Amino acid sequence: MKPAPFDYVAPATLDEAIGTLATAGDDAKVLAGGQSLIPMLALRLARPAVLVDINRVRGLDAIREASGMLEVGALVRQRALERWAAERVPLLAAALRAVAHPPIRNRGTVVGSVVHADPASELPALLLCLEGVVLARGPKGERMIPADRFYRAPLTTVLDPRELATAVRFTLPPTGAGWGFAEVSRRHGDFALVGAVAVLTRAPDGTVGRARLAFFGAGGTPVRGLAAERALEGRAPAAGLIAEAARAAAAGLSPDGDIHATAEYRRRVAATLAERTLTAALARCGDPQ
Amino acid sequence: MGAKYFGASVKRREDPRYLRGEGRFVDDIKLPGMLHAAFVRSPYAHARIAAIRADAAKRMPGVAHVFTFADLERWMKPLPLFGAVPPGLAARVQVTMRQIGQLAMCRAEARHVGEIVAMVLATSRALAEDAGERVEVDYEPLPVLSDVEAAARPDAPVLYPEWGDNVALSFRAGFGDVEGAFRRAEARVRERFVIPRYVGMPIETRGVVAQWDPRDGALTTWNGTQVVHFVQQGLVAALGLAPHKIRVIAPDVGGGFGTKANGYPEDLLVPAAAIAARRPVKWIEDRREHMMGSAHARAQVHDIEIAARRDGTMLAVRDRIWVDLGAYNSWGIVLPYNTVAHLLGPHRVPNLDVECRGVVTTKTPNAPYRGAGRPETVFAMDRIVDCLAVELGMDPAELRRRNYLGEADMPYELQIPYRDGNPLVYDSGDFRGGLEAALRAVGYDALRAEQARLREQGIHRGIGISSYVEGTAIGPYEGATVRLDASGHAVVATGACCQGQGHETSFAQIAADALGIPLEWVTVVGGDTAAIPFGVGTFASRSAVNAGSSIHEASGRVKDKLVAAAAALLEAAPADIEIADGLVSVRGAPASATPLAAVIRAAIPTFARPGVAAPDFEATVYHHQPTVTYTSATHVAVVDVDAGTGAVKLLRYLVSHDCGKVINPVIVEGQIHGGVAQGVGGGLLEEMVYDEQAQLLTGTFMDYLVPTAMELPAIETVHLEYPSPRNPLGMKGIGEGGAISPPAAIANAVEDALRPFGVRVTRTPLGPSVVLGLLEQAAARGGRPA
Repeated sequence: MKPAPFDYVAPATLDEAIGTLATAGDDAKVLAGGQSLIPMLALRLARPAVLVDINRVRGLDAIREASGMLEVGALVRQRALERWAAERVPLLAAALRAVAHPPIRNRGTVVGSVVHADPASELPALLLCLEGVVLARGPKGERMIPADRFYRAPLTTVLDPRELATAVRFTLPPTGAGWGFAEVSRRHGDFALVGAVAVLTRAPDGTVGRARLAFFGAGGTPVRGLAAERALEGRAPAAGLIAEAARAAAAGLSPDGDIHATAEYRRRVAATLAERTLTAALARCGDPQ
Repeated sequence: MGAKYFGASVKRREDPRYLRGEGRFVDDIKLPGMLHAAFVRSPYAHARIAAIRADAAKRMPGVAHVFTFADLERWMKPLPLFGAVPPGLAARVQVTMRQIGQLAMCRAEARHVGEIVAMVLATSRALAEDAGERVEVDYEPLPVLSDVEAAARPDAPVLYPEWGDNVALSFRAGFGDVEGAFRRAEARVRERFVIPRYVGMPIETRGVVAQWDPRDGALTTWNGTQVVHFVQQGLVAALGLAPHKIRVIAPDVGGGFGTKANGYPEDLLVPAAAIAARRPVKWIEDRREHMMGSAHARAQVHDIEIAARRDGTMLAVRDRIWVDLGAYNSWGIVLPYNTVAHLLGPHRVPNLDVECRGVVTTKTPNAPYRGAGRPETVFAMDRIVDCLAVELGMDPAELRRRNYLGEADMPYELQIPYRDGNPLVYDSGDFRGGLEAALRAVGYDALRAEQARLREQGIHRGIGISSYVEGTAIGPYEGATVRLDASGHAVVATGACCQGQGHETSFAQIAADALGIPLEWVTVVGGDTAAIPFGVGTFASRSAVNAGSSIHEASGRVKDKLVAAAAALLEAAPADIEIADGLVSVRGAPASATPLAAVIRAAIPTFARPGVAAPDFEATVYHHQPTVTYTSATHVAVVDVDAGTGAVKLLRYLVSHDCGKVINPVIVEGQIHGGVAQGVGGGLLEEMVYDEQAQLLTGTFMDYLVPTAMELPAIETVHLEYPSPRNPLGMKGIGEGGAISPPAAIANAVEDALRPFGVRVTRTPLGPSVVLGLLEQAAARGGRPA
């Protein structure tokens, strides 16, 4: 389990990093936290010709909150955001605590997980649920890619090989919004067999204002539960309605089966978790946090 | 002998170096000019090897050699075989058995994914792996055998044509009138249980370093093995050298679990390559290789039936067992017969009929792993006992209570021989008492009441019980040499090898007590064939009893020599000499206290005088252990099952156990904790999965899931002590026991939790998808939907 030969480049500036990627293109891989890439290199599943280590690039490790948006730089470790979020955005903290274990979160980056695009990982679904965007910079300049247009297939995004994801932005749940997060995994810290994340707001009249639901481990990409969102928004939330909305959202999923769970399991438990997260979100609506 | 250390929770002396990263493992051995080996392994489960082209690989940078079978043919004798049927067993059980030794490298045929086809030596492991990718092998795929029962059918392709079929082993054992008992019984239950392939997964993978010294024609090899003398014997046979020319050293070893007690191709290939290349060679197994190349385990199917009276009295057990041996039947009778001998465990059952068949398949070979046949058989028995309890409408604890043997029944003979050919006689214990102790400690009645309350709230809590009786400390012997130096400090050399069990502490406790010296004065040396010429090794919960007894007896003999010398020096009768804390004194005369060093000095001749005695303070004892001693335990698992997701949460795990006289309680608890963790893995997480093409699907830790601290509750223990009459210190083995019962206890707990739905658990591991599937099946059968 030794990686195949590769060249190693450690640029000191963003321009240099993008220049290197522009030259190497498809043959390059970006190394940030390395928690997915290094094992893939060791198994020779990834065989880049060039490894572009961005850890020396300045200015990529900032967490910035402004006008309801949270921007997380490409070198922000998952553990750093977890600590930041603990008192501010409990949904973020809950999701991050489900990502592997502290030693891994100490190295692994938020952006790295988002762009690695494992469909069973938590952060891509969170980005989708929070209507986030990915900030990418390449030879043609910078662009912002909305989460719901970012993912194409397992481990595949619309990011160009010559682009570097420099940050992600989450839309923070508004004050008074409720949230829910749940996943089933074989062990604590494993990729989820299936999971769901939900955010709800309530209108002054008690009906559901905004509903956002996303699944992970339920298909080739993270999936928005649009059917549930539509079923809930503008309606008075009752237990029966939530269950029905959850089932409707799960009915649209096309999960895969593997040795850890059947496709049918994932579909069925997606509905269960959607119901549980929406219920939890509803219960939290109006909480100070 | 005063027992100052025996029985005390002495802190493990080896831990500081382990914890500080100062251990010395095989990979820490670095020799000048050393080459690194990487292996080319078969990607096919079964294939003919038509051609191997290594020219391109040989031209790669840093590559010194590429070896195939033909290049090393002169040393390619079949690997050692184990598990021949001993005469005492053959006399009472008719066993049909066929064994063919594996060749260290494929000659013309690969029989499982991961079997070694070629070996690359280069100046670094990375370069060796790069070159390995360039070795071109033409494989012609052959029919595979992925299912044990299908492999036994008459129309199955045959792995070894000379056998005519794939059944490598079969026998039938039992006693009494099973037919009659089933006819007369008031209740009968039968079920099929599947125990999947799951395996020992040591933190340190295997590794071998070898150095050939052409000056004196001697080989030194460092090998992370549990059995240095077996490795030496294998090398003697293959290399044709005298045993003393082959030194096998197991340095610090990070976990063994039986996985490292197997005979492996690399044990021979690395030394042979070092001789051929005339340079030291290192190979460290990577995790991918470990998954496919190190021994697998378990993999049994039981069709078991039990007959009983309405009051729960068990009358008979019938079992038909399939063992998936993998590609080579290297272990003969060991696993299949262990399975049969341990089936009844603590239960009094007057009639038994077991048929067992071991079948070869094109998968990684099956070998003993912590428990070695017992977790499998206990799963079948404890599951069918719970099924019987359901059938009888009886609490599973009460059913066990009515059938377990008690202290008054000891010694108790089961009317079949043990695997070693000797009568199977439980030597001591109280299985019913152990059950009661477990139920008391866990608060069984309160748990049942709580379970009923929680059910009303939709919380599905389950309680599962499993018990075993385990033949431990299989002989026939282990040896020890105890030798004092000039200061009176002792070196204890033994054939037992340590993989983290704490031998340097527990063996020192025995020696220090028997010699009358401080513990700190004892150095324990194991895992080195140069330290003692004959040995068996550490596996089968055997070292405390076998090596410990030898250390105790040898230390006693050295003490006798010290007493004789001291008596001469102090002009006292030997009966009046006392030795304690490294001081010699004459009874009743404390002022006579003399350091041991002075006694030893007085025995060494000077120009002025001969010694007071020969300065021979050394003794070697090979304790003979004709048969095993029986440990026992009851395990209780408490789980919550989420009926919406199938997720199982292990809330509590309690072990009440008897392992005879305990040398070191902390070490015993550690053994239990580690064993339980592995058993929990088998119950909830671990399975080596193959597809129909016998391709391994669980080749990494992403897919093969071992439990972490997050999945384990604090393990509660209750110690009972029924000394064994079969060794001088009354000890029994504890190495494996923890791993035996958890799959059964957890399966029973999960089924118990889901009792209202009518679920029946027939296999592990119980992942969420499996559990939800069980609920769906039960609903389809007309049970209550979840």
